[in-house]
Amino acid sequence: MTETSSQPVPQKSKQNLFQQLELDMRLLGMIGAFIVLCIGFNIVTDGRFLTSRNLFNLSIQTVSVAIMACGMVFIIVMRHIDLSVGALLATTSAVMAMTQTELLPNMLGMGLNNPATWAITLVVGLAVGTLIGAFQGWMIGYLTIPAFIVTLGGFLVWRNVAWYMTDGQTIGPLDSTFLMFGGTNGTLGTTASLLFGLAATAAAIWALWSARRSKAAHGFPVKPVWAETTLAGIISIAIMGYVFIVNSYAIPTRRLERMFEARGEIMPEGLVVGYGIPISVLILILVAVTLTVVARKTRFGRYIFATGGNPDAAELSGINTRMMTVKIFALMGFLCALSAVVASARLANHSNDIGTLDELRVIAAAVIGGTALSGGLGTIYGAILGALIMQALQSGMAMVGVDAPFQNIVVGAVLVLAVYIDIVYRKRLGAK
Amino acid sequence: MMQAEETQNTNSGRGSGKPPLVEMNDISISFGGIKAVDHVSVDLYPGEVVGLLGHNGAGKSTLIKVLSGAYQMDSGEIRIDGEKVEINNPRDARANNIETIYQTLALADNLDASSNLFLGREMVTPMGLVNDAAMEAECRKIMGQLNPNFQKFNDPVSALSGGQRQSVAIARAVYFNARILIMDEPTAALGPHETQMVAELIQKLKAQGIGIFLIDHDVHAVMELCDRASVMKNGQLVGTVDIPDVTDDDLLSMIILGKKPGEKTE
Repeated sequence: MTETSSQPVPQKSKQNLFQQLELDMRLLGMIGAFIVLCIGFNIVTDGRFLTSRNLFNLSIQTVSVAIMACGMVFIIVMRHIDLSVGALLATTSAVMAMTQTELLPNMLGMGLNNPATWAITLVVGLAVGTLIGAFQGWMIGYLTIPAFIVTLGGFLVWRNVAWYMTDGQTIGPLDSTFLMFGGTNGTLGTTASLLFGLAATAAAIWALWSARRSKAAHGFPVKPVWAETTLAGIISIAIMGYVFIVNSYAIPTRRLERMFEARGEIMPEGLVVGYGIPISVLILILVAVTLTVVARKTRFGRYIFATGGNPDAAELSGINTRMMTVKIFALMGFLCALSAVVASARLANHSNDIGTLDELRVIAAAVIGGTALSGGLGTIYGAILGALIMQALQSGMAMVGVDAPFQNIVVGAVLVLAVYIDIVYRKRLGAK
Repeated sequence: MMQAEETQNTNSGRGSGKPPLVEMNDISISFGGIKAVDHVSVDLYPGEVVGLLGHNGAGKSTLIKVLSGAYQMDSGEIRIDGEKVEINNPRDARANNIETIYQTLALADNLDASSNLFLGREMVTPMGLVNDAAMEAECRKIMGQLNPNFQKFNDPVSALSGGQRQSVAIARAVYFNARILIMDEPTAALGPHETQMVAELIQKLKAQGIGIFLIDHDVHAVMELCDRASVMKNGQLVGTVDIPDVTDDDLLSMIILGKKPGEKTE
């Protein structure tokens, strides 16, 4: 722990607009960067970037990395690292692919597309991911092997366990219900999406209001009402805006025809049906909300941040930091398996190279999202925004027609630049 | 016990015939063959401040970490109110109402004052979620008693001055009704005014009947704050003396030469 000087810290002078809103400047910066990126690509591609179709695709492409980035925030906040997430995704994906194409239909004789297949597959995959994660966490926490080494080993081990299990072959087609977790094959539809959007907006406003009421009940200072209202407005617009976009992306007519044929009906002439919110995005929202509550409102989350801020202090306060390490890596393993569900369902098969380089994308998303590698600082929403920015950059460049090597060069440079801006920002704030 | 005679002390429980609040008997602990603490015995009565003195590496911090649960002793026993207790980790120490204020200020820099105050013992709502508002209210109450100037309840403690941080650390011990308080150089990082504040606080805690072990290598601070002093050198106890009976020089010679006052003349 560094000893800060005992000189008095200057009191906050006049508060500016953003301070009154009590919004994280880093968050605003990221949202700003994302908007600039979108508008820039939209101009260069003659309006092809900001279409409902592209934004829909962008969101389902981001989910897999974003889910893992949420877990990576906890890992990095606790001053660890996990280099094995991409490989773990491959192993859990392979386990689930083999479960639904070999084990259940052939060896257990349940046949193809049995209604229970997807559920059993999910349970098996999530359990395997959690166990592998817990095992790695045990080696880090109790055997005190550095996380970098354990997960570097895991990177090689799990990538090749996946290869060995599948003989390197692409496994497919996957169970038809299972494919619903991938994106285009499983969406809520427009009505349910609208209802979900309204419910989510109501929940967000209720959360803001109850936090304010709880502060006021103890007589603590609260934000001015207009600031609170503005914040609620921004959140509502973001939620309903996304619902509007995915609802206005219409299912292609021929695809719709096939869906009607499959049910033995004839499609009415001129019918237009929007996709609505993809189930995979719903999973991401669920993960993000749950982990944000865990981070801010549970003892477990408080201890993760305390351990990251000062491991000795946490230990001396009676926190079992070893067990905490096992738990966060088990959580990471669980999230890798969840990402594997989304990723393999989106591709409709398990391929041998699934999740390759995901560990670096996940770490980059968390770091761009403001998670400090020195530990103790990081937010879930930041990591998701980080993942979204990286994906927007990548797919935008692909649309513009930037050569593949240049795409990676730009992404790499942006990562370094983003961290540098973050360092400058923190120095100007005077925080460490 | 090492001291030859027991002087009656009005503001402590010593001499009342009751067992001491804390007895650490014949404690030994070694690290890789080096005896950091070698058969040392110290005790502490309610409402008393016992100074632990010695050079860096004399073993005073190691000895006290046995009591706070950070280290496990190799041999010896700890008694509280005359009863033998097992202290294997910081949680056991807390269960025995032992609170420690560390030299290194064991605060999580990235958390605010109330999160640090309640770290490991958070208040929760009926749903099991941490109740930040209630904790902040309690934090404001206790800080109002200890350090009325303290205002930064929503900033991470890394933004606080040394004295403010120390008052958070002390608040943590006071809030949870410590009976036995261990202070490891509580004034090392502080300016003169803040040191005075801590000294006043120690008097307040004494009056409440709390027993305090004060670790320091500043003889002057010990002379001012303590009732007795135990001096260590090279892992061994040189001796325990009553502060009113000794001078600064006596203590210094115990620290440097490892001899009790009067040993030469005996």
